[in-house]
Amino acid sequence: MNTQSAPGTDNTSDVQLKKCVTIDRTAEELYEKWKDFSSFPLFMEHLVSVRPAGLNRTHWIAKGPGNTKVEWDAATTADTPGKVIAWKSLPGADVPNEGSVHFDPAPVHRGTRVTVTLSYAPPGGSVARWAAMIFGEEPDKQISDDLSRFKALMETGVVPTTDGQSKGNN
Amino acid sequence: MKALCWYGTRDVRVEEVPEPKILASDDIIIKTSTTAICGSDLHLYHGTVPMMEKGDILGHEFMGTVVEKGPDVKDLQAGDRVIIPFAISCGRCFFCKREYYSCCDNTNHKSYYSKKMNGDATAGIFGYSHLMGGYAGGQAEYVRVPFANVGPAKVTSGLDDDDLAMLTDAFPTGYMAAENCNIQPGDTVAVWGCGPIGQFAIRSAYLLGAHEVIAIAIPSPAV
Repeated sequence: MNTQSAPGTDNTSDVQLKKCVTIDRTAEELYEKWKDFSSFPLFMEHLVSVRPAGLNRTHWIAKGPGNTKVEWDAATTADTPGKVIAWKSLPGADVPNEGSVHFDPAPVHRGTRVTVTLSYAPPGGSVARWAAMIFGEEPDKQISDDLSRFKALMETGVVPTTDGQSKGNN
Repeated sequence: MKALCWYGTRDVRVEEVPEPKILASDDIIIKTSTTAICGSDLHLYHGTVPMMEKGDILGHEFMGTVVEKGPDVKDLQAGDRVIIPFAISCGRCFFCKREYYSCCDNTNHKSYYSKKMNGDATAGIFGYSHLMGGYAGGQAEYVRVPFANVGPAKVTSGLDDDDLAMLTDAFPTGYMAAENCNIQPGDTVAVWGCGPIGQFAIRSAYLLGAHEVIAIAIPSPAV
């Protein structure tokens, strides 16, 4: 699997992240799974829940620093079956953010290239702190791992885990 | 149960730890009958592999008997004797479908740093750091084996553990070295190093048709 970061991450204003992964499934299958926003917490570790909140609206709850939570409403801004889904937080969000996912055929029948872009506009203060609130402590790692989990879920039907395994504790 | 846990450089301890549980529907739990120490375990012991965590259970060469299985495990039953490959493989990704199981895209679920360091990640590996998925290893009385429909091989012969346990890692490693040489019948083959992997490379070279194998080693405790 290949992942890559987009050039041009700007630490002074909007922060943008772009990741790409090839998944051995059709664009239609991947689109259908992604369209069900409520399944996001299965593979996006920093999310607690995403619930429908009216026509083209969703309510997001993410894990914040410590044991805090951060919540916002988002609108679906683009939705083309088998091609693209995009969303954007509504006015009033603590951390204005938007994202999109594009599904493109991969070369030589290797499935689908899934490209996720996320951007967020920290409203002053520490960029790192706001970023951590919404995308985890290490946003680049978080999104990369989230996409790996999505790939595993779609290719194998499960998200691999070691949570709850045996370990020494002395 | 007893397990060998890592606590730091040159600090590993046999301890009482909780027994493993089924964590996914295609997991099995095995009762270990034989487990081995690999040369690469020494890298963990010597502290040269990053992303170890205190308490991690070591070991990736092990075999045993199935004692429990998840509902989606198809062909294995409690009581089956199984050999467990060191790499954990999903069986469904690009690499697994081409039988490059150690390159599995999906089982190393903590692959970010591995990709940063090496350009891409290996499969998850039992007991071999959080670069390789952080899976609890096989130097323990019981082991959770994930993706059990793919990796475990059921033993149907009466061979002893001592004749089988080397199939989990050491024999395939030596065999692959010989296989990479594209040995033709009648070839003379030189093998540098006569430790356990070298021994398997020598025997594999003969298996693959070599007429003569020249084994080269400097005197060392491994010879």
